Amino acid sequence: MTSPSELKKTPLFAAHQKLGARMVDFGGWSMPVQYTGILDEHNAVRQAAGVFDISHMGEFFVRGETAGEVLNRLLTNDVAKLAAGQGQYTLMLNHEGGVIDDLIVYRTDELEYLLVVNASKIDEDREWILQHGFDQSNFSDRSAQFSALALQGPKALEIARVFLGAGWPEPKRNEITPYSWNCEVVYAARTGYTGEDGIELFFPSEVAENFLFALLEAGKPFGLKPCGLGARDTLRLEACLPLNGNDLSDRRTPLDAGLGFFVSLTKDASFPGKDALLRQKSEGVKEKLVAFRLKDKGPPPRPHYHLFRGSEPVGEVTSGAPSPTLGYGIGLAYVRADSAEPGTQLDLEVRGARVPVEIVKKPFYKRQS
Amino acid sequence: MSNIPENLRYAVSHEWISVEGEVGTVGITDHAQQELSDVVYVDLPKIGAHLTAGSTVAVIESVKAASDIYSPVAGEVVEVNSALAAKPELVNRDPYGAAWLFKLKLANPTELEALKDAAGYKAQIGG
Repeated sequence: MTSPSELKKTPLFAAHQKLGARMVDFGGWSMPVQYTGILDEHNAVRQAAGVFDISHMGEFFVRGETAGEVLNRLLTNDVAKLAAGQGQYTLMLNHEGGVIDDLIVYRTDELEYLLVVNASKIDEDREWILQHGFDQSNFSDRSAQFSALALQGPKALEIARVFLGAGWPEPKRNEITPYSWNCEVVYAARTGYTGEDGIELFFPSEVAENFLFALLEAGKPFGLKPCGLGARDTLRLEACLPLNGNDLSDRRTPLDAGLGFFVSLTKDASFPGKDALLRQKSEGVKEKLVAFRLKDKGPPPRPHYHLFRGSEPVGEVTSGAPSPTLGYGIGLAYVRADSAEPGTQLDLEVRGARVPVEIVKKPFYKRQS
Repeated sequence: MSNIPENLRYAVSHEWISVEGEVGTVGITDHAQQELSDVVYVDLPKIGAHLTAGSTVAVIESVKAASDIYSPVAGEVVEVNSALAAKPELVNRDPYGAAWLFKLKLANPTELEALKDAAGYKAQIGG
């Protein structure tokens, strides 16, 4: 454990304390786990809107005539498909095809890309990127200079319009638009990690606290609430969005994780892990990341619990929680391919007892659009 | 602010016990339920289970995590609160009343003296 004084703080640390947050150690960062309660915040995002501090995440900018080509030799998705103003979910792999990180790459203009990476991977990602075609002349890690908020929920867009005002160029799904707020540059991206519509805002750290309180004020009439990592985790789990470190790791490939849609094996560019994935594609995956639910009320699944088919162990849970929206326990697990079809009945071992579960189609929750 | 009734004894691990004759009733404190927040599941011991002081006796699951509950004293479980199976949220609403966890027949009543009184527990949680 890291002692509290050594934990990294986002520029919103003082704001969280003013808002009554309970802080926890999240990968070396002191982050709010909840303000009023996980269930309350979860429901606010499903029914109205919530705002999350995601300033711990990393912001890398790459620039230049060849930046897109170099990225295409580094990332799994096809960067060439991005027009200026568009973003895509993608992965960065090691040579064995294992996941170093999952991230979103946005093409902010013709010559510049923004990579938003996981907080715990900032150093590792930067090293890898600098070893694979970028250098200090065309790469900059601006994680410290940028703060970020995720505004999520069915009311998120209405709140963003009120907050940013007339003239804000509203991004469509997966798009990013630059704008200015009190003379400061703000990037607004139509992306998120909750299964709801929403906006992720990236802005200079100097204005972070004012920015958050102004946004909360603008969102008050719509039911906007500050939300912590606890609700972020249950929301993303219901939407079956993977968490690196839990559901993704350097020993699992995107094909194991069911993320083949975000891997282009047909693009010309070669990227670390491509050969391993081509091989795995022809041989078939041995274990798959599946979604499962408890059949009845019962103890919620947790990471590292084991799944059995009869007496045979067939899988291990990577994420699990009680689903606030559905009212029963849900989870993600790597399960042997022959036991991974939706409808398969398995047993979850919880403190020595067996609890019946069923593999279901992903995601658990999909918003009405 | 946490509610800490005067008439109970408290374990360092945030359980309370009230004793009538040779039977003790055990639950978790208001402070503990606040820390756990949103309780969604309670795993209770079996009737007849023999407990030692400090042994793991139950598990309370919040949205975020599963937390072990320890027996403040030694004894045999004589009753469990089956209402918590259907209404685990009682732990948040009424930790000293409707959400008692189990009752045990004390093996060694002198162990009660090692537990804290309300003032001692209040000092422990800084509240």
